[in-house]
Amino acid sequence: MATTDPQAGTTATTAPAEPLDPTGAPGTLPLPPKAARTLTLAGAVGTFASTMLAWTWTAEFPGDLTYYGSPVDLQTLTLAGSLLTIAFLLAGNGVRGLRWLTPGGRTAPVTLAALGTFGVAWFTAGAIAVVLGGFIHFEPGMWVAVFTSLLTVVGALGLRADEPFDPADPALRDPGPWQRFRHSLKAPAPAAARELPGWAELLTIAVTFGVGLFVFTYGIDTPYGELFIGFLILVGFGATALARAGLSQRLSKLTAKHRNITFTAAFVAAACFPFTQSSDQYTSVAANILIFATVALGLNVVVGLAGLLDLGYVAFLGVGAYAAALVSGSNTSVLGVHFPFWAAVLTGAGASLIFGVVIGAPTLRLHGDYLAIVTLGFGEIFRIGMENLDGSSGPAVTNGANGIANIPDLVIFGFNLGEDHTVLGVELGPFANYYLLMLFFTIIIVTIFRRADRSRIGRAWVAVREDETAARAMGINGFRVKLIAFALGATLAGMAGTVQAHVTSSVTPEQYQFVEVVPPNSAFLLAAVILGGMGTVSGPLIGASLLYLIPAKLQFIGDYQLLLFGLALVLLMRYRPEGLIADRRKKLEFHETGQLDVPTGGPGLSKTEA
Amino acid sequence: MTTTTTTGTPQAQPAGRTDVLRASGVTMRFGGLTAVRNVDLDVDSGEIVGLIGPNGAGKTTFFNCLTGLYIPTEGQVAYKGKVLPHRSHLVTKAGIARTFQNIRLFANMTVLENVLVGRHTRTKEGLLSALLRGPGFRKAERGSEERAMELLEFTGLAGKREHLARNLPYGEQRKLEIARALASEPGLLLLDEPTAGMTAGETSATRDLVLAVREQGTAVLVIEHDMRFIFNLCDRVAVLVQGEKLVEGSPEAVQADERVVAAYLGTPFEGEPGEAEAAEVREAETREAAAHDGGQTGTGENPKGEQH
Repeated sequence: MATTDPQAGTTATTAPAEPLDPTGAPGTLPLPPKAARTLTLAGAVGTFASTMLAWTWTAEFPGDLTYYGSPVDLQTLTLAGSLLTIAFLLAGNGVRGLRWLTPGGRTAPVTLAALGTFGVAWFTAGAIAVVLGGFIHFEPGMWVAVFTSLLTVVGALGLRADEPFDPADPALRDPGPWQRFRHSLKAPAPAAARELPGWAELLTIAVTFGVGLFVFTYGIDTPYGELFIGFLILVGFGATALARAGLSQRLSKLTAKHRNITFTAAFVAAACFPFTQSSDQYTSVAANILIFATVALGLNVVVGLAGLLDLGYVAFLGVGAYAAALVSGSNTSVLGVHFPFWAAVLTGAGASLIFGVVIGAPTLRLHGDYLAIVTLGFGEIFRIGMENLDGSSGPAVTNGANGIANIPDLVIFGFNLGEDHTVLGVELGPFANYYLLMLFFTIIIVTIFRRADRSRIGRAWVAVREDETAARAMGINGFRVKLIAFALGATLAGMAGTVQAHVTSSVTPEQYQFVEVVPPNSAFLLAAVILGGMGTVSGPLIGASLLYLIPAKLQFIGDYQLLLFGLALVLLMRYRPEGLIADRRKKLEFHETGQLDVPTGGPGLSKTEA
Repeated sequence: MTTTTTTGTPQAQPAGRTDVLRASGVTMRFGGLTAVRNVDLDVDSGEIVGLIGPNGAGKTTFFNCLTGLYIPTEGQVAYKGKVLPHRSHLVTKAGIARTFQNIRLFANMTVLENVLVGRHTRTKEGLLSALLRGPGFRKAERGSEERAMELLEFTGLAGKREHLARNLPYGEQRKLEIARALASEPGLLLLDEPTAGMTAGETSATRDLVLAVREQGTAVLVIEHDMRFIFNLCDRVAVLVQGEKLVEGSPEAVQADERVVAAYLGTPFEGEPGEAEAAEVREAETREAAAHDGGQTGTGENPKGEQH
């Protein structure tokens, strides 16, 4: 880019008068285009080759990166990253057969993939140095990976940015390296896709969910923290790269077109998960994630749709769990009854519904912060109340702090969920059974969420959230619709609670605090909704998965967990206030683009993408 | 939008019209302040009534009393012979819809969704039917959507159905507010300064829209500061000054009424300045003008400056 750089200099001084360079803008580093491309490619190929070498000499570092010719764990992740970089680079340069990879940006995905690979390789190097004590433990392969991944990044930073500098943006008149770097990560939206035959579209959706299942399973199955961090780095950068390449947008158009098929494919993929597992070790994690995610989805009705900040939501989960535990036939339950499962679900949901209405009726007359404080109070009242119903401070109902233990396993249609069953040649343990049961409830709750969202009552919730006075002037009984949202949210949590009681096999007040280190609790539920994206279906599911997996996998952050979450939330609110999965509405609300939002899709009230 | 042939002159009311709105003795006190004092106002069906008055006269407070946002301290409001409850949503359900002085759309909902929210009182599908999605629910949703689209065609916003309300230009936001209010199928539409901040072209388009609304059989009560708009549009005009109704009558009568002029511009000083004083002022002005050669003199302030 030696030839273009002086040009960039002149553009900087006389920016507004200079005609725009439609082919893009200079990259972060002044390299000739050809050199940049060659460097990137050479670096990525070198990184690929390095993963075939040993990275360290001892098996003491987890994963045993000592083999030649067979990459494992962190090496595999680096390998995947380098392949992704090569693929994007070739696709961006018009190699036949790969062009579908980059309908949107071409440089930005390469840069992001290179950064992801770099991140994984350098993180591994750092981890080896820390765990084993010093660089002396590196084998040559590690040094190769470190340098080639750096070279890839340097090369990628020399590539020309996809979009020309915006002459209206004063920061880009005389862009410094940082501005040029940020600019090089921008990418244009992809052009409309060529019409595919129906079967190809469905195949694309199926393949996507297959890949999604694979990635998710890989993440859950990571046996040690270092691999999980490497996984998060690669997935984070890789997902952003796919978004910049325009693939995510194309895919979301497809899924919006085939809503029900997407919905089905997602749950088929989720149902396949236990069949990929050889033991119950990770299905228990998955079952707990589902419980957490489902409750977060219920909270999303209250917070995301109706805009009611509920800080005591976990109490409803507790009511459902306690109700189910009392009628479960446990020998520690004061009621000596054993309801069949369906009746227990109805009891739990019904109890939560009543509790929701009883709490909601007085509190929903409050707004905003006041409501948040009162719900926080009620959440704690529930926990303390359960502690006091122990026979000495109050009537003997819940055994106080000891809780209700020995909750028997569920038996549905003569099928004992506590025993191993062999289905299709795969042995499913108790947690796999509960996972599948919970998945069934997730489907119900997702369906309820989607249907309620796109209806008269859903619109009324959003209207009340947007402007309650105007909503009332439009004939909406604000209190009534808010109470319905509150009661619905409570009922959904109660349903999840009945399953939770059986999964954990004991119910104690300590499980239902405002904040503690183990999710689900009120603070984490709210964080999952906000992190994932308010008002969406997939947002809370992803948010809950992350919030459950990160502490479960990274044992070493232990005491600093809450601190780190606080920090992560602050950063998220600063840089992506709409959450990981953005509702179109929220995106516009938080990022004032100054452009008119001109929809391209067909008719319909497509509010909840995904 | 229909191009109405009405020239804006008030039409003689045919006999046999019924009261749509009858507000009697409405008084609103905030602590010691009486914002609205004993106001009576009737609106007949098919009528466009204007409500004018200087800033702070209590027009919007009166509107809020009519629509149940405020509970009037005294007096009552009846719609088609029935006394209205003091609950905003019940008033809308009864048949009075309103717009707001400072636009209050649901900014992050689409144009179509905004109008569909307006349909809330005219549909009754609850949560259960939304979850079960029976044929009744689908039919009601389709019906609502059709009606909403009709209203968007009527207001000329059909092409922007999927835009977010916040992204509409100002004039169209006002129109959307009217469309949303009309979606509740009101017998009386209350417009609070529908042309505030509009250009002359947009104002005249709004006038056509209000006349078209009337054509469809909805009575309109409108607050406005744009006198030309009011006097061209309304069949009857009421003037509110310091919370009390000063005059009510045909636009011509109100326009000619001295008390109205006085309310807006102030009354002349008791000891009215005679020709001598006026001459004195003129003389002073010329002297001053001569002093600052070419300097400007604020003649506009002088008549008032004389008063104290």
